[in-house]
Amino acid sequence: MATVEDRQFRVEPFPGGTPGNQRLVEEGRLPDYDVVGTRPIRHDGTDKVTGRARYGADIKLSGLLQGYVLRSPHAHARIVSIDTSKAAEVPGVHAVCTNADMPSADHRAGDLGEGIVDWYHLNQNVLANDKVLYTGHAVAAVAADSVHIAEEAARLIEVEYEVLPPVLDVREARGADAPVLNDDVRTDLQPAGETGDTPTNVAKHFHYEKGDVDAGFAAAELVIEREFTTETVHQGYIEPHTATAFWSPDGKITVWTSTQGSFMIRMQVAELLDVPISKVKVVPMEIGGGFGGKIAVYLQPVAAVLSKLSGRPVKLNMDRSNVFDATGPTPGSYMKVKIGVDAEGKITAGEAELLFEAGAFPGSPINPGCMCVFACYDVPNGRIDGYDICVNKPRTNAYRAPGSTHVALATETIVDEICEAQGICPVEFRLKNAVKEGDERVDGVTYPPVGMWETIKAVELSDHWQSPLEGPNRGRGIASGFWFNFGGNSVVAATVNEDGTVSLIEGSTDIGGSRASVAMQLAEILGIAAEDVTPTVVDTDSIGHTDVTGGSRTCHATGLAAIKAAEDIQAQLCQRAAMLWDVESEQVEYGDGATLTGPEGKTISFQEIAGKLTQTGGPVVGRGSVNADKHGGAFGTHIADVEVDPDTGKVQVLRYTVVQDVGTAIHPSYVEGQMQGGAAQGIGWALNEEYHYGDDGRLHNASFLDYRIPTCYDLPDIETIIVEVPNPGHPFGVRGVGEVPIVPPPAAMANAIFRATGVRMRSLPMSPPKVLHELLSSDG
Amino acid sequence: MRDFEYEAPMSLDDAVALLSGNPAAAKPLAGGTDLIDHIRTRRLEPDLVVDVKKIPDLNVLEFGDDGLRLGAAVPCYRIYGDPQVAAAYSALADSCRIIGGTQIQSRASVGGNLCNSGPAADSTPSLIALGARVVIAGPGGRREVAAEDFCTGPGQNVLESGELVVEIVFPARPAVGGSHYRRFIPRNEMDIAVVGVGAAVELDESGQSFVSARIALAAVAPTPLYVEAAGAALSGQPVSDEAIAAAADAAREAATPIDDMRGTVEFRKHISGVLTDRVIREAVARARGEETGYRIGQ
Repeated sequence: MATVEDRQFRVEPFPGGTPGNQRLVEEGRLPDYDVVGTRPIRHDGTDKVTGRARYGADIKLSGLLQGYVLRSPHAHARIVSIDTSKAAEVPGVHAVCTNADMPSADHRAGDLGEGIVDWYHLNQNVLANDKVLYTGHAVAAVAADSVHIAEEAARLIEVEYEVLPPVLDVREARGADAPVLNDDVRTDLQPAGETGDTPTNVAKHFHYEKGDVDAGFAAAELVIEREFTTETVHQGYIEPHTATAFWSPDGKITVWTSTQGSFMIRMQVAELLDVPISKVKVVPMEIGGGFGGKIAVYLQPVAAVLSKLSGRPVKLNMDRSNVFDATGPTPGSYMKVKIGVDAEGKITAGEAELLFEAGAFPGSPINPGCMCVFACYDVPNGRIDGYDICVNKPRTNAYRAPGSTHVALATETIVDEICEAQGICPVEFRLKNAVKEGDERVDGVTYPPVGMWETIKAVELSDHWQSPLEGPNRGRGIASGFWFNFGGNSVVAATVNEDGTVSLIEGSTDIGGSRASVAMQLAEILGIAAEDVTPTVVDTDSIGHTDVTGGSRTCHATGLAAIKAAEDIQAQLCQRAAMLWDVESEQVEYGDGATLTGPEGKTISFQEIAGKLTQTGGPVVGRGSVNADKHGGAFGTHIADVEVDPDTGKVQVLRYTVVQDVGTAIHPSYVEGQMQGGAAQGIGWALNEEYHYGDDGRLHNASFLDYRIPTCYDLPDIETIIVEVPNPGHPFGVRGVGEVPIVPPPAAMANAIFRATGVRMRSLPMSPPKVLHELLSSDG
Repeated sequence: MRDFEYEAPMSLDDAVALLSGNPAAAKPLAGGTDLIDHIRTRRLEPDLVVDVKKIPDLNVLEFGDDGLRLGAAVPCYRIYGDPQVAAAYSALADSCRIIGGTQIQSRASVGGNLCNSGPAADSTPSLIALGARVVIAGPGGRREVAAEDFCTGPGQNVLESGELVVEIVFPARPAVGGSHYRRFIPRNEMDIAVVGVGAAVELDESGQSFVSARIALAAVAPTPLYVEAAGAALSGQPVSDEAIAAAADAAREAATPIDDMRGTVEFRKHISGVLTDRVIREAVARARGEETGYRIGQ
């Protein structure tokens, strides 16, 4: 077998895309599909662009009440008492609730698919019990005839607080003198499984070790150790959280909400309200962005409790400041990372200490951070310690490749420094150190076939990398990143219609074009057009349990379910043809071009047999149910060109290319959209996004005015190079694509800023005041 | 949002009567882009909102040989959309083009921007640089104040109870004159000034020397800041790097910013000088009728 280095590659335009959409092609290896890899118009497109699509807040019901949530003005306080009597007396108010109106919860872990929750903590996050732990923490809620009445009434709720000192920084929070947020938290040391015995803010400590770390560093010619910090950032989805609930007198609860996982909402509502899951139906509405932040419940159980108390359906909407104050975010962090290399630029050892903010309750993505910090490189000796630390900020939630962007900033910046110090080209360094099949990560996982090396190869061959960047104050940086992706449970049911089309129902809420990509996989198997499949996302009573749309799992796992459903349809249609032809079904084959063939040259098309189903035994419904576990991890490498204004520290992105191994692109436009969207969020995180807290723990910038996500004026047309190293765990080779692209941008931008200015930025965001400060300091 | 009463008088007298009748709890509304937000976030809790957009006096936009009259409720788009106004008072047009996006510009007024009296208001430095005067009507009749004397603190101004701004009047522009406003923002659009600088210069006939100049800064003090010393550093001097640097130094010296989430003291003082330099050069280029490289967001 030829080694990977001997293979021949070229970068060329990806058919059907814009000039900036390219792909890496290996000589002699081009995928051969009819539907997969094409760019049909998405099935839900017309409704979305004409405003007909119904989002969470669009739901209207007879007798609907509007709710308002009273939130804590303090970052850390004990609730001495809550008196709701005045609010309850306001005309037009139908219900008032506090944590006391919810069943009490136990310390038990629940798996939401992109993170574990403790039910006791989730109960307290939904409505505070004896303490508030961040400004904006929900304390009580009111349902009334209008939202204005509800708000006025909520202001009459008297809450007596005993204000406590807040702690906002992870390094302070783990100190012995720090105020402890949760009396019940003890340090859980993993994977050893030991538990501490004193109350602490350090909820988890992960420790991984591989090889002989000290010997590895001793063997190094160059060792670089650096510290990094990142600030708390929000997912920034455009649609605020919303939930409407009706608790029927027969005990059934219906919840209309925008969510990444209707079955996860069902589980959380059932757990927190202590009802069986069969009593809860969740109707997923269209979702205006989630990025990991719309998995955990906030409003749903509260709306249900208000509905139970009032006997009417109740709607709760957050405004933008609620969203910033109380939802999301992804943690701020402190990181110390050390990498050693030998004289040839081969990594000999790596060490990392990672401190992530958990927010109010345990649950930061520290473990993925630990597993990703050295994931791109063959690190023979490594030691990683990661800490999940409670601080007085909202409980952190998943955000696109949770934890990986943080650690990529550290590792990829140090790699760039090593390249600079040793005079090695950053592409060459990465080609030399890239992980390949069979390499073992520091946390002990051995890689299946992966495409890290191929993404670097694509960078090397790209027009972007080969075009010199000229002009003063300009620089080019590259960085790589990794995400695991996920598989999990998915169900698809597909009904063959008499006109030769297929109605597909699924439980995966569509946040990234998954209706189209799932329908296309079914269409490919059946040999019909993507347009002849109508995909619909249905409620939790109408399809089997489907995990969250997260972890970049949907195209892979729900796609697998669609493939199984298609194969089920094929088998049933073969039986029907056998019946028509009076032969054994084994003699019938479902072949190319959606044609069934039998003995003696008998053929019948999919369209023809679809019209005969009612005469041959009734409608055909295919079903696919999977628990997928062969999701392929994926890598990306980004190229950033920037220009830095030396007088203001402001960074302009001149050109940006995302290179990513996607396995196989089912719908290239949506793959490219994910690559571009992830990069856009990563660039925002790199340059300007951050939570600004006062010393009192109050969030100062809970609005899009002062929480600066990039606008279209701030980004170039982001170029893409799709790399297709098929995932052997999927018939078409699909890997997840949605999360990888947010990982490299901050590091790529930091490396580009260094090449432009000579200044190393090790603290996010790299906002103008911080960059200018470094520039002025380096001049002096 | 708290409930309030709404009135839309058709005459200035009616407006003054409404505002005077309930001075503590009445607020005038022009475009409403600040006021409605403040009511929603409870920074302001008026019982009465008086919509002044229907009063003819507040909708005047009159360009003539003796200057410009700008009604307090005229929305931004009318200002930069009027070619004569945009050419003669280009700093004002610069301001109006960067206040919010298209939707905001179709509602928001320069008068409202002034009365909101935010330190970072984008149009106020242009008013000051262009030597504008603010015409105020109230129960005691009419009075005028210079634009630089209007704001007295963050959200504070000289308006007394029952008073409102009717119009802003600008002197005629000199034969060889140019003006410019730009701000520093971390992004390239849709943002609030971290530092803003407006400048208006008059050159001699040759275009080689400054006759006079007025410079004002935003977001570096409790109020928009008229920096007389920066203008004085230019007046009577040849157009030169030295003179411009002296003006930039004066602006940097005059700036008394605070550390906040939008910028540090170090950053804002430094940027005050950088922007003043860039704004003067742009204003000079415009006075000379030269092609200029200014693009929004730089």
